[in-house]
Amino acid sequence: MATDIASLDTPVLGRETVGKALTPGQLIWRRFLKHRMAVAGMISFTLLMLFIILGSFYISEKEANAVDLQIRLSAPSQEHWFGTDDTGRDIFSRIIHGGQISLFVGLTAVTLSVTLGTLIGGLAGYFGGWLDTILMRFTEAMLSIPQLFLLIVLGKFIGRNIDTITLFGKTVSGSVLIVICVIGLTSWMALARIVRANVLSLKEMDYVSVSTSLGSSKLRTFFKHLIPNTMGVIIVASTLGLAGAILNEAYVSFLGLGIQSPTASWGNMLTAAQTYVQKGSWWMWVSPSTFIILTILSVNLMGDGLRDAFDPRSNRHL
Amino acid sequence: MWSYIVRRIFQGLFTLLIITVLCFLLTRFSGDPLAQYATNPRMSAEDKEALRERLGLNDPLYVQYFKWLGLAVQGDLGQSFFAKQPVSEMIGTRLPNTLILMFTAEIITVSFALLLGIISAVKQYSLTDNIITTFSFIGFSVPIFFSALGLMLIFAVQFKEWGLPYLPTGAAVWDKSDPVEYIKNLILPVSALALVNTAGYSRFVRTSILEVLGQDYIRTARAKGLNGRTVLFKHALRNAALPLVTIVGLDIPFLLGGAIVTESVYSWPGMGRLFWEYAQRSDYPVVLGILLIISTAVVVLTIVTDVIYTFVDPRIKLG
Repeated sequence: MATDIASLDTPVLGRETVGKALTPGQLIWRRFLKHRMAVAGMISFTLLMLFIILGSFYISEKEANAVDLQIRLSAPSQEHWFGTDDTGRDIFSRIIHGGQISLFVGLTAVTLSVTLGTLIGGLAGYFGGWLDTILMRFTEAMLSIPQLFLLIVLGKFIGRNIDTITLFGKTVSGSVLIVICVIGLTSWMALARIVRANVLSLKEMDYVSVSTSLGSSKLRTFFKHLIPNTMGVIIVASTLGLAGAILNEAYVSFLGLGIQSPTASWGNMLTAAQTYVQKGSWWMWVSPSTFIILTILSVNLMGDGLRDAFDPRSNRHL
Repeated sequence: MWSYIVRRIFQGLFTLLIITVLCFLLTRFSGDPLAQYATNPRMSAEDKEALRERLGLNDPLYVQYFKWLGLAVQGDLGQSFFAKQPVSEMIGTRLPNTLILMFTAEIITVSFALLLGIISAVKQYSLTDNIITTFSFIGFSVPIFFSALGLMLIFAVQFKEWGLPYLPTGAAVWDKSDPVEYIKNLILPVSALALVNTAGYSRFVRTSILEVLGQDYIRTARAKGLNGRTVLFKHALRNAALPLVTIVGLDIPFLLGGAIVTESVYSWPGMGRLFWEYAQRSDYPVVLGILLIISTAVVVLTIVTDVIYTFVDPRIKLG
């Protein structure tokens, strides 16, 4: 008898259903793997990460920041694969160490903005009333100021000279922390709106009323039931937000208000390039921009794949 | 309908009020506006204190805010500490340049996006479609400074080197009242903006046309025996273009951000560069003035977009 029951548990209809039923996570992962462009994005992102992490074992930060005016502005050669910049620093080494900074800033800034967006949007949607009104008016106000303007103003607001800090055994300019805060504080608004809309529809669901009628506190229901169920949206938004954060770091650093020299970032490597491109030093522009574009492209592709994987109905035409 | 518009206007005014408070606090404390006198040997500490007192920088914060707001409502945005000119005058001379840059870029962007989006949707999954999709995906990930510097490198620097007719980089001084010079200096920044923005828009046009083409009324139109062209332009495009109105309207803040970078790369005498320069000097009346004008524009445009949308799309029900 026991064997009969066991065989009922494992139906043999089609390959998908053999064995244990798949968890939602496994289903999403399968759908993600079917998205060829997304997998390509994931592979190239992994390669980029490996390059900038393993690279720093061979080339120290000191070498990346070493100034040699004798060889300033030399074109790519065997010695300097990507050429040198206006103070004779090797661009290849700076790409590696700048990449670490750019990605670190991107990841931490996204964590900050996703936390803020989820909390603000979620609380506004769940509690409603005056809290909703205040939070959403504030969100709308922040959204109405173009982000780059907000980044510049907030950067000036927080930005005093912060001492250098030590990060993963590296000594980096304190401006890194400012840039993280500035980007995190200016990019949570879109997610807050999405989470709010999601929570508004979720809180009418039966399982939420069950949870409250079983005696869960409002906060417990909020964190245990509502937030986990908006996770899909949040994961997709954070992936796409990572691309945005890396781009924003590049923008503020490019304008000279972001990461300060000698600490390299992909964005501030382009600040000097701006002047020297007019004099024909194309290599100062090519490599940082290529790495920025490759990273953003890979992250965007992954984000697109994740969106389709979490919501198979979306973007069916693409 | 009218009650909806009135309600939106009141909401917009409230949002603007929050924006002014937020921007005032942020800019007022972003550095010392009198920093330029710090190294001036002819100014003693007492002089500086007197100047502070005269400019009202020592007043309680709410007094400063309401003074500024009261004047701003009447169109007086105060005086620049650095340039010693009225802020509204400074913005007035720069604003037209930014608007010309943005509108030209936007018109080119939307026309190209429609063209590419339609081709790609009609020839779905063809080689052309795949090429356009690939390029739009790459273009979507390209930062503005990449296209700006790249175009400058090719059309201004290399063309000059190769002895071909080249375009100015904007670095040299040029006569802003000469229309030929003006257009010559406008070409590169406009192309840089259009190149990047077209990518996202064309993807959007493609998706929305494909969505519309799958609808029943398109099948009905085809079944009536209308030719493909009529169905596409008279039936599909009209409905597919609707969401584009919203996207263009809501993208204005993003476009303005792009303008800061483009204007700074090409030394374009616009508002974005003015903002950037004066933000670095902590000259808060100028910075605040620009922020106020831009966010007012954004708030107004959002309302206008919503209202236009309800007019052109009768399916929308007002709650």
